[in-house]
Amino acid sequence: MSEYEEHRYDVLIIGAGGAGLRAAIAAREAGMRTAIICKSLFGKAHTVMAEGGIAASMGNVNSKDNWQVHFRDTMRGGKFLNHPRMAELHAKEAPDRVWELETYGALFDRTPDGRISQRNFGGHEYPRLAHVGDRTGLELIRTLQQKIVSLRQDEEAASDGVDDGVDDGVAEMRVFAEVTITELLLDDAGAIAGAFGYRRETGKFVIFRAPSVILATGGIGKSFKVTSNSWEYTGDGHALALRAGSTLVNMEFVQFHPTGMVWPPSVKGILVTESVRGDGGVLRNSEGKRFMFNYVPEIFRAKYADSEEEGDRWYADPENNLRPPELLPRDEVARAINSEVKAGRGTEHGGVFLDVSSRLPAEVIIKKLPSMHHQFRELADVDITKQPMEVGPTCHYVMGGVEVDPDTAAARNVPGLFAAGEVSGGMHGSNRLGGNSLSDLLVFGRRAGLGAADYVRGLGGALPAAKPGSIEAAAERAVAPFQPPAGGGLGENPYTIHRELQELMNDLVGIIRKEHEIQQALDAIDALKPRVAAVSVEGHRQFNPGWHLALDLVNMLMVSECVARAALTRRESRGGHTRDDFPQMSAEWRSKVLICTIDGAGIAVTEQPITPIRPDLLALFERSELEKYLTESELPDPEQPATGSAEGGRP
Amino acid sequence: MSRDAKFRVWRGDAGGGELKDYTIEVNEGEVVLDIIHRLQATQAGDLAVRWNCKAGKCGSCSAEINGRPRLLCMTRMSTFTDDEVITVTPMRAFPVIRDLVTDVSFNYEKARQIPSFAPPVGVAPGDYRMAQVDVERSQEFRKCIECFLCQNVCHVTRDHENNKEAFSGPRFFIRAAELDMHPLDARTDRREFAQAHQGIGMCNITKCCTEVCPEHIHITDNAIIPMKERVVDRKYDPLVWLGNKLFRRDKD
Repeated sequence: MSEYEEHRYDVLIIGAGGAGLRAAIAAREAGMRTAIICKSLFGKAHTVMAEGGIAASMGNVNSKDNWQVHFRDTMRGGKFLNHPRMAELHAKEAPDRVWELETYGALFDRTPDGRISQRNFGGHEYPRLAHVGDRTGLELIRTLQQKIVSLRQDEEAASDGVDDGVDDGVAEMRVFAEVTITELLLDDAGAIAGAFGYRRETGKFVIFRAPSVILATGGIGKSFKVTSNSWEYTGDGHALALRAGSTLVNMEFVQFHPTGMVWPPSVKGILVTESVRGDGGVLRNSEGKRFMFNYVPEIFRAKYADSEEEGDRWYADPENNLRPPELLPRDEVARAINSEVKAGRGTEHGGVFLDVSSRLPAEVIIKKLPSMHHQFRELADVDITKQPMEVGPTCHYVMGGVEVDPDTAAARNVPGLFAAGEVSGGMHGSNRLGGNSLSDLLVFGRRAGLGAADYVRGLGGALPAAKPGSIEAAAERAVAPFQPPAGGGLGENPYTIHRELQELMNDLVGIIRKEHEIQQALDAIDALKPRVAAVSVEGHRQFNPGWHLALDLVNMLMVSECVARAALTRRESRGGHTRDDFPQMSAEWRSKVLICTIDGAGIAVTEQPITPIRPDLLALFERSELEKYLTESELPDPEQPATGSAEGGRP
Repeated sequence: MSRDAKFRVWRGDAGGGELKDYTIEVNEGEVVLDIIHRLQATQAGDLAVRWNCKAGKCGSCSAEINGRPRLLCMTRMSTFTDDEVITVTPMRAFPVIRDLVTDVSFNYEKARQIPSFAPPVGVAPGDYRMAQVDVERSQEFRKCIECFLCQNVCHVTRDHENNKEAFSGPRFFIRAAELDMHPLDARTDRREFAQAHQGIGMCNITKCCTEVCPEHIHITDNAIIPMKERVVDRKYDPLVWLGNKLFRRDKD
């Protein structure tokens, strides 16, 4: 085990989705030698699955839009649990990040006057999502991928004057495809010294020595049975940060997207874009009723239509009508669907109907929702221009993640560690609005790249040395699944344990939670720990999926415990955390967030006061709205007039 | 609804391998990738296969099913008869790494050889103006999910390894066409580049690439033929030649 492939970089980026690639561009443009680690092939990251669009208040379709309105929508969507500085930076910087993509070659759909078109989406006051049909994520990943290639070509041209695309082996930026990082390497003082991993193709170990690491590993959805997430979403970054001594925030908040496919079983969970509703699709139960009108919560009542007629008029005349409740934030719609199915008004396969066929002409559907048309025709034998789709909630996104400094994306407790995108926490509060993920990736990916570059410059060329013995220990852990079980026999099958974990998380810590069920889940997780340790795999190290899963399982178990422990602690319902035994939102609970750290063999959860909203940001809301969320002591002085929103309320 | 199906899956590595027989449960609505996953979970824990999204969006699970290049996740079991033996083999045009996983680095090398988008000089971010009808031509090619099935099926390289150096393949002809048709790309030599450095002339328009494209991109008709024609226009049309000599010709 003494042979390691070794590399030296300034900034090591783990993850090659939107956040990782945008971070790489920023770090490279700041002069850093930059490495990008992809768990799969370059350009396959889960970002390609994003369909609807990138939220940015460019105001191309409705000129009333601006960053303040976007900020307000984001805070409302997150039920005011968002880190206000992150929501502010995000809303302010998103337009520049989108426009920048055009200079990299992106081709968004256009308005009649040639600007970037923007579409409606749940929780967004105005049409705000820059998009390319319903394949916006693919456009984003390809654009960033091609920008990385472009930066490499520039470098090539500068290095030997020949723009031949040949890697000279001294590239200042390199993509390491099909490499999995299993541990972060720290120095004696606990600062980042690099990372340890293996090449999936060969199983050989690889060591990266680097003073800074940006985690951009995405989410945790593979811990749940019904999920829209790909195999890569095993919570690697969350677990790496915990093991390095950093903190996670808001882990109880998991977003169940209201509309995943429910039939056939093998595609259960695959996403059906929210654009279907943004473009006019409606939800009906088995009795044919548009049930969402029954599920508008008090806090949103003034902003949503209370009749089908008004909701329908809104698509053509948003100035004088309120939007239909199908466009409520995702947590509300997912709970409503769940309730309808539980009440026996679900479809044959346990979902509800999402219908666009009776709402738009076939050619418009094919033009605006080509991927959905294709997906349902190929996988479910359903023609969405003629029939409704059957849909139900699917685990889609984790709001919780590495606690970061909003301006630099620096993680806590571990100098040199940064995080951006879904693996970071705080930005979205208790519930993310659709479209705010792609903009999050761009805004905070860039900030993480710059933050890491500043940190590395501050070190003045020093490279922290990995703690003696830590590399050998990491290597030993990585090959442990090949050891035959101590008592002989076959050992545990990683696939079996994975299925059990997915089922228990789905059933016991899913969309609706109860104290005794969460406790049951925690007991089951405890019981899985020794079994995960006893996993054994067959075959050898070359591209061995059983081995890969065995290593990923350790991370999935760790983040599952975070979700369950935090869910048990928060005794209220808010956004992506619904407690059947505490169904109300509590202003007391809003004033604090839950922090997860490693504590011996388990996870410790502690309460921490939430970052207060600055007075100038608070002033963007009416006092009457703030009263629904904040405690008395957090409310602004009643004498102070609000400067912000006169909007809202019935027209 | 459950039945047993007969599968033959290629197992091996660069040193060689063979088709292995499996009998495996199949349920209603499943795709070939579901069956491969069930094989992993129950009979062959180390069976190597690439996949990510399982929804036809990432282009990772390319292979050959009964000899035909396809995405494993978009091939439904209901397209086969109950007694049909289903043979799954790795893409043939790329070197095998293990089982169904091949070394597709050829494609990433070719991608690096194409000059990138050249932003228009003097147009600030936010000031890009393009008509929908003009972006749509390039948007068709940007639907590409890089499954490389077109690269795999193209007979210029499928059976002629030595052509690989001079030939970029259909995936990168549509990249060239996409940039050529981009309303604001500042470079004017995309077609000449495709001719001189990508080997587009070697394509003899048999349309195999179009046929296997899971995104139904009209690779041949909308990208390769226009790029070839225009290259030919410019190379051999004496008037164009003269025009190029007399005036610095811009994009038409």
